[in-house]
Amino acid sequence: MEALIAIAIGLFTAVGIYLTLRLRSFPVILGLTFLSYAVNLFIFAAGRLKTGAEPIVGTTELPTDPLPQALVLTAIVISFGMTAVIVMMAIGSYLELGHDRVDPDRDEGAQ
Amino acid sequence: MSHWIIAPVVLPAFLAAVLLFAARLGNGAARGLTLAGNAALVAIALALFLAAAEGPQVYRLGDWPAPFGIVLVLDRLSALMLLLTTALSLVVLVQAIATGWDVRGRKFHALWLFQLMGLNGAFLTGDAFNLFVFFEVLLIASYGLMVHGGGGPRLRAGLQYVAVNLVGSTLFLFALATVYSVTGTLNMADLAVKLPLLPEGDHALIRVSAVLLMLVFAVKGALVPLHFWLPGTYAAAPGVVAALFAVMTKVGAYAALRFGTLVFPPDLAVTAGLIGPLLLPAALVTLALGAIGILGARSPAALAAYAALASMGTVFTALSAFTPQATAAALYYTVHSTLAGALLFLVADLARDRGAHFGPGSPRLPGGLAALFLIAAIATAGLPPLSGFLGKLMVLQALPQAAPWAVILLASFLALLGLSRAGSALFWKPQGPAAPLPAAQLLAPGLLIAGLAALTLLAGPAHDWLSATAAALHAPQAYIDANALPPAKGP
Repeated sequence: MEALIAIAIGLFTAVGIYLTLRLRSFPVILGLTFLSYAVNLFIFAAGRLKTGAEPIVGTTELPTDPLPQALVLTAIVISFGMTAVIVMMAIGSYLELGHDRVDPDRDEGAQ
Repeated sequence: MSHWIIAPVVLPAFLAAVLLFAARLGNGAARGLTLAGNAALVAIALALFLAAAEGPQVYRLGDWPAPFGIVLVLDRLSALMLLLTTALSLVVLVQAIATGWDVRGRKFHALWLFQLMGLNGAFLTGDAFNLFVFFEVLLIASYGLMVHGGGGPRLRAGLQYVAVNLVGSTLFLFALATVYSVTGTLNMADLAVKLPLLPEGDHALIRVSAVLLMLVFAVKGALVPLHFWLPGTYAAAPGVVAALFAVMTKVGAYAALRFGTLVFPPDLAVTAGLIGPLLLPAALVTLALGAIGILGARSPAALAAYAALASMGTVFTALSAFTPQATAAALYYTVHSTLAGALLFLVADLARDRGAHFGPGSPRLPGGLAALFLIAAIATAGLPPLSGFLGKLMVLQALPQAAPWAVILLASFLALLGLSRAGSALFWKPQGPAAPLPAAQLLAPGLLIAGLAALTLLAGPAHDWLSATAAALHAPQAYIDANALPPAKGP
């Protein structure tokens, strides 16, 4: 299981980094989403991987650590909100500028 | 236990929510409420500032004991940053109202208060994951403020800013998860207790997460090579917002200082010789790049943005030594450069509002603005008689090495050249009648100048106070004891 999770996190991160480096805002946002998936899995795995263990003391013989689950919940909510914000800003800049390239125009520094 | 410690976080959050519901009351009510709330925050910050001299105090959220519950810790450093943030915010808010920036878009005041909530929380928290949460609060408010007023170029600069910071947040989470997986705690004082006891096998992971954390703080503090977001963002943002952002980059410096003295102190075997030597070259290059940027800036706002970059270079140069004397110098320069940077942004904004640019055909500007620019330039370049000179002197005194001396002195000279060039292009060449400058718009810059003058005149007491702060930072036992941690079980 550890190897599987590790490979999944690695793949998500690789895809995320590749897409984040693209020129248009839509792939960049997708890349950021993949990066946040990767880090969410990573936080979850930081509490050690156990099957059949509940995060409540007393219900199973060896309870699993509840804190990373709380942390990952916070991280999911925040990354969801941030993604919504960046999508709105990307749409706004596409409507204002007529294209969705991320890089600045050459003549923009002179504004 | 004083409940006032939570007030700098709760009060703006509450007022911002009220403002969102009371939007139909109109701009007058929103302005009055925000000004009153901000003034109350300054008063609270002042009271906390005086209380912090007695030693660190802990506020437990929900009364859960550390390290299981989240704690807020008020010590001299956080009290100083609180006072600086709230005072700067009040002054800049006055300017936002005087220039009418706050009514050029919607929800300005609510976003402003949320921004303050995030900044205050980040300075107060004693929990690493809570620090991440407050980073996100201040960032999401800053996204809204940055694109306030709208316009294509501003939106796209905002898009780049959000994307960079989202990557930074992801790195922050990776670092925190690594720290947690090794130590099982995220309370900063608990980390300080547990890290020296770690078995040898975990050292590599801690070193990785220490560098990752410093990378995140370098993104926030705009250190080269992670600075690319700053010039575009600050130059495109509304001038008053950029002036408030002058304290936002300082959050990166604050976090690096907090982690570099408390969690990863210089004498900790795991990360010894790791953080300072990484920060110093980056800081020096940042300073040099900022100075060259001042010389080559193509608009007043870009000039102010590169000045902010150069000031971060100076602050991090002093920080990277991690000695009490250098830390005191860094803190003094932090206070100075926040005020000076905000002043320069306000002046650049006043010039931009009157259509001024460096090229031919720029309109003539009022004489009062030229005087303001002169004072801002003196403060930014670090010339006597203002506090920039004293700040740079302290930094140079604390770093008796060739490289920082050469870079700081050369960068100051380049900044001086760039500022003189900008001043002559803006104020000497244009002809024709000058646009008027309302007295109300002189109030906030005047207050900032008064702050700089006070920092200069009271440099002695200020330096003593900051030296005591630096000494407390480098001997963090009182901070750790204030957390009342349960006794450690040993390795």
